[in-house]
Amino acid sequence: MNKTVNQKAWFFVIPVFVLVAFNAIIPLMTVVNYAFQETFGNNVFMWEGTRWFKQIMLSERFHASLGRQFLFTFIILFIQIPLGIAIALTMPKEGIGVPVCLVLMSMPLLIPWNVVGAMWNIFALPDIGFLGHSLNALGFDYNFTQQIGDAWFTTILMDVWHWTSLVVLLSYAGLRSIQPAYYQAAEIDGASRWAIFTKIELPKMKKVLTIAILLRFMDSFMIYTEPFVLTGGGPGNATAFLSIDLVKMALGQFDLGPAAAMSLIYFFIVLLVCWVFYTLMMRNEEKS
Amino acid sequence: MSLELKNVEKKIGLDTHIYSTNLKLEKNTINILLGSTLAGKTTLMQIMAGLDKPTSGEIWFNNENVTGMKVQKRNVSMVYQQFINYPNFTVYDNIASPLKITGVSSDETKQRVGKVAELLKLSGMLNKKPNELSGGQQQRTALARALVKDSDLILLDEPLANLDFKLREELREELPKLFENRDCIVVYATTEPSEALLLGGNTATLQEGKIIQYGKTLDTYNKPNSLVSAQVFSDPPMNIAKIKKSGEQCSFLQNDIHWKTKLNIKDGEYKVGIRPHNITTYKDGNNTLEIKGKVLISEISGSESLIHFTNGNLNWVSLSNGVFQKNVGDEMSLYMNTDEFVYFDQNERLVSNG
Repeated sequence: MNKTVNQKAWFFVIPVFVLVAFNAIIPLMTVVNYAFQETFGNNVFMWEGTRWFKQIMLSERFHASLGRQFLFTFIILFIQIPLGIAIALTMPKEGIGVPVCLVLMSMPLLIPWNVVGAMWNIFALPDIGFLGHSLNALGFDYNFTQQIGDAWFTTILMDVWHWTSLVVLLSYAGLRSIQPAYYQAAEIDGASRWAIFTKIELPKMKKVLTIAILLRFMDSFMIYTEPFVLTGGGPGNATAFLSIDLVKMALGQFDLGPAAAMSLIYFFIVLLVCWVFYTLMMRNEEKS
Repeated sequence: MSLELKNVEKKIGLDTHIYSTNLKLEKNTINILLGSTLAGKTTLMQIMAGLDKPTSGEIWFNNENVTGMKVQKRNVSMVYQQFINYPNFTVYDNIASPLKITGVSSDETKQRVGKVAELLKLSGMLNKKPNELSGGQQQRTALARALVKDSDLILLDEPLANLDFKLREELREELPKLFENRDCIVVYATTEPSEALLLGGNTATLQEGKIIQYGKTLDTYNKPNSLVSAQVFSDPPMNIAKIKKSGEQCSFLQNDIHWKTKLNIKDGEYKVGIRPHNITTYKDGNNTLEIKGKVLISEISGSESLIHFTNGNLNWVSLSNGVFQKNVGDEMSLYMNTDEFVYFDQNERLVSNG
């Protein structure tokens, strides 16, 4: 066989390459540039090596916001995944209820993030907000702008409201793809509802659940807009998650070097956790 | 032991899925439900199993009315077209699952699973998970699960349809052996006439929610009660031609080919059904009636040759043993055995065969 050699095909890759360069590689390289140098403006740079990285890794402030970030992500995954599966299991399987439920479920996903933050801010205000006022009227001492526990409670509630639908929709799609014959076979065996859930539904949903957990991990780990609008990171630094802290450092204090180092570390943590999680979940799948 | 459907009917909304059906299946028999997709085979099986309730009518098992009884209380097992196994159980646990739920001791479970696994050639892979097996092995596991629990009724819904040709042939030959010496009623749904012939037993031909004919498989094949039944039980489809009989002389309406018959039927017009394998490309034994045709399509499948040809306004299909290469448009002669013709009256009821 004579293969025709034609390198002109590479020209077709150029538009994509240019696009990716402008929206990913160049900004990333700028960050990398800042992470290893000190700048005083006027395009004057001084080489600092790994100094900023060491500083961030040893900084208590970074440890605190990283800890808050992991705690927040863990809590919302712990609530949203089981809740999403539970809601998906109770959704109707046929009839007019299906589109109604699907549309209702997608509503929160369609609202812009800053609007969600603003909505919940007003909703939760202790004096005039419906949620805040009601809680206080019921005798709870609730004030999310001043009390740490209340701030966390409100932020988590907001995230659950905003994002559980995503898990519901993915789980629902996973459940609908299970052939009816599986349920019949289980019925013939006399399997209990719980056995059907653990032995058929969960294993069959494994792949979509892996995707759901990954998406929710990444989104919640990088959360910025909603808590920024709701609490602004407060009270104090109580809800200053990684990205809020990062923006404070970069734009508030103009510490560009440490902020750049921090964003790279941040990026690698997300990458690492996703990779480890995905590899573990798919380990048994690849054997076949 | 017997399973009896009495005036069973199934409607969903305004659609009738099963028209009033009466059927009695005896113990130690294989009963084949033969019909095309949407003929109602699966619905009928689900009603037999108790997975679905009939709209009206009754199901009797061993002289007991079991209509509406839950499937768990019925001691049935079912194998599906899709390979249905518990995805994260090993093959052993999959086969043992029906026994575990009924509380069989672990020693007995081990022994029974071992026996069934050997029968189905799964002994070497008891520790594997279903997704590590080939399609054929997955379906063997599903079959083993159905066989392990000594059901009164085993339902198989096109179990070979999703397997590739080689595996299908292999498993098809083993199936009759699997059901030997079992104190149960086997119901087997298929779209393929050859599968029905291979399994033997009894066959019910189905079309559009109606049982057209039920009887011993060979009788149903050889003496179709109607044109519909004959067509369901013929693959490739039966050739149908209109004929005229006058005295001993018969001839096709579409051309002047004629033959003599000793049939004792009234003179007049009839329809004859001719199975494709009764039209051959060579003169052979009783295949003496010659028909000239022009080749439309010629296909070779395995060691058989399938030739679609046209004669006048009529299209015919012939299936002969051996490999014959024909070109589209070739003129050729084909031969039929008039003794194999099946005669139907104008209402498409059987008049006589041969």
